[in-house]
Amino acid sequence: MYRYDEFDDAFVRDRVAQFRDQVTRRLSGGLTEDEFKPLRLKNGVYLQLHAYMLRIAIPYGTLSARQMRQLARIAETYDRGYGHFTTRQNLQFNWPKLRDIPDILELLADVGMHCIQTSGNCIRNVTADHFAGVAADEIEDPRPVAELIRQWSSLHPEFDYLPRKFKIAVTGATHDRAAILAHDVGIAIVRNAAGEIGYRIIVGGGLGRTPMIGKVVREFLPKPELLAYLEAMMRVYNLEGRRDNKYKARVKILVHEIGIEEFRARVEAEYATIDGSATNADPAEAARIAAYFAPPAYETLPAESPAFAAAKAANPAFAAWVENNVFPHRQPGYAALTISLKAIGQPPGDASAAQMRAVADLAERYSFGEIRVTHHQNLVLPHVRQADLFALWQALGAADLAEANVGLITDIIACPGLDYCALATARSIPIAQALAKRFADPARQREIGPLEIKISGCINACGHHHVGHIGILGLEKRGAESYQITLGGDATENAALGEIIGPGIAAEAVPDAIERLVETYLALREKDEPFIAAIRRLGLAPFKAAFSGEVRHAAA
Amino acid sequence: MSSPAPRIALPAILIANDLRNGDVVVRAAAGWSRDPREAVIAHDRAAAERLAAEAAAELAANRVVDAYLIDVTLGDAGEPVPNHFRERVKLRGPSIRPDLARVPGRTSTGART
Repeated sequence: MYRYDEFDDAFVRDRVAQFRDQVTRRLSGGLTEDEFKPLRLKNGVYLQLHAYMLRIAIPYGTLSARQMRQLARIAETYDRGYGHFTTRQNLQFNWPKLRDIPDILELLADVGMHCIQTSGNCIRNVTADHFAGVAADEIEDPRPVAELIRQWSSLHPEFDYLPRKFKIAVTGATHDRAAILAHDVGIAIVRNAAGEIGYRIIVGGGLGRTPMIGKVVREFLPKPELLAYLEAMMRVYNLEGRRDNKYKARVKILVHEIGIEEFRARVEAEYATIDGSATNADPAEAARIAAYFAPPAYETLPAESPAFAAAKAANPAFAAWVENNVFPHRQPGYAALTISLKAIGQPPGDASAAQMRAVADLAERYSFGEIRVTHHQNLVLPHVRQADLFALWQALGAADLAEANVGLITDIIACPGLDYCALATARSIPIAQALAKRFADPARQREIGPLEIKISGCINACGHHHVGHIGILGLEKRGAESYQITLGGDATENAALGEIIGPGIAAEAVPDAIERLVETYLALREKDEPFIAAIRRLGLAPFKAAFSGEVRHAAA
Repeated sequence: MSSPAPRIALPAILIANDLRNGDVVVRAAAGWSRDPREAVIAHDRAAAERLAAEAAAELAANRVVDAYLIDVTLGDAGEPVPNHFRERVKLRGPSIRPDLARVPGRTSTGART
């Protein structure tokens, strides 16, 4: 894992001191709210419905056990004993007091963390594949490049006042787990015909009120040229992105309006003027960063652990958990496991301080002290010996963290929605809870197979509903909460935007409506055909018919 | 920051977040309170205007943020219940965490909680 050097530490400490002074001036009346708001947002402090909210950056979703333990301490000391892991691989505290936030930032700095650029019109926290360094289909670990971009973009003076926020995601694997086609810029580590490693650069993806799938702006960018090319792209966006209308200010709108060919031409023209040697990372510095992400000291183990196989054979519940939550590791005898934060009936992504501590302890004992946060709002222990999985599963069970539903219908993404968020138009979490309860039966979940439900409580789409196999968007309709259902979205390399299948429905009607969609799938699927594949083959017509039948039934 | 809306439907109350700790507060007879039952209820236009003026003054005095009037219906005990579901969630707390609901008590805090 990356560790702060003296420069990083001093940089973050300075920023804490600066914000402490700003908070003091705000509390004493020296700064008005209008003056303070942009300052607090640059430090991750929002004002939500019930309280302030603090968003903590977890760069590319990588956390150490020590950092997780500190988050637990903050949750207990300064919040209400829990935190919320988000679709941006970050953590949010829902109840910090403004007067305490400088002290919280100090505690974060103690473990090499901060809240810088988790809000505001700047380059936000860089996200990445949560199985970085683990997946067998990985060309190269995306974390060194994500860290390089983090350092380059932190307080970059030229890109501190962009037309709008800017999100970058990186994957090093062929299967995209980082949703790079739904980001302002997506970076895929690829190999060209000559076998050289470089980057495919995608631009103009995004969700929100105008969802777009990203387009390729450069098919192959040689590795050493990354920062200069990114700088050229950011310059084009910074100069030409709209500033007259915040709803049209994201780079996706610029790319859409001028077309990808024209955008590419402008970027290449700008790129030609940049002195790459002054901008690109010094190879020695790139190597220094990469060294932090060297694989841990694995033991040499057989590919299959006999003890693991015996435990699975003897314990069907363990075997079911392994089937859903364990991911193959490139290192023989090891596994990566996903800890579901989707216990049936619980708010998706929430973890108590005790759970955070339990995960920290288990990471230290079994996973080289390393933890990942996924954009699906789950946690990952990336490097576990297969032989330890049974003991680990038992320990997770004791902490209410052994739900065997990763990738299944109850592994639902949901934004905080109107239960917390000042922007929300409807609640999301109660919909997720009701659906999880409806489909709680483990055998039925496995029968249904991989199915991603994603719920947003407003059009800003933090819950990624556009790219859910089933997407649910909460809106206000005639003074009541109303839910619009979309079908056929996909967040992977086959990215697609879901299509609306009918009129909005009331919260109470959502479980039955989703039930009808699932029944339709089960009736029409071919052997072993996943939900999303069936929708692609069948089209929306049979699902729309089932949905409108349900809506008529509910209205009768 | 919302500006108070004198044209709001009546009856109405004034709500805000406390500057220091973010708590949702209602405008009471003596400063701000965490207990909605202590809210001053504007039954007529003149009372709503007075609350709106207080909101502006309290924002300017940096005691609260996001102060605005909401229209309510009075419950059986005379307590104000917001007409809009958003404001009901705001006054009560997250619907999914009843354990964190704002427990009404006689906890009038004055301006500086």
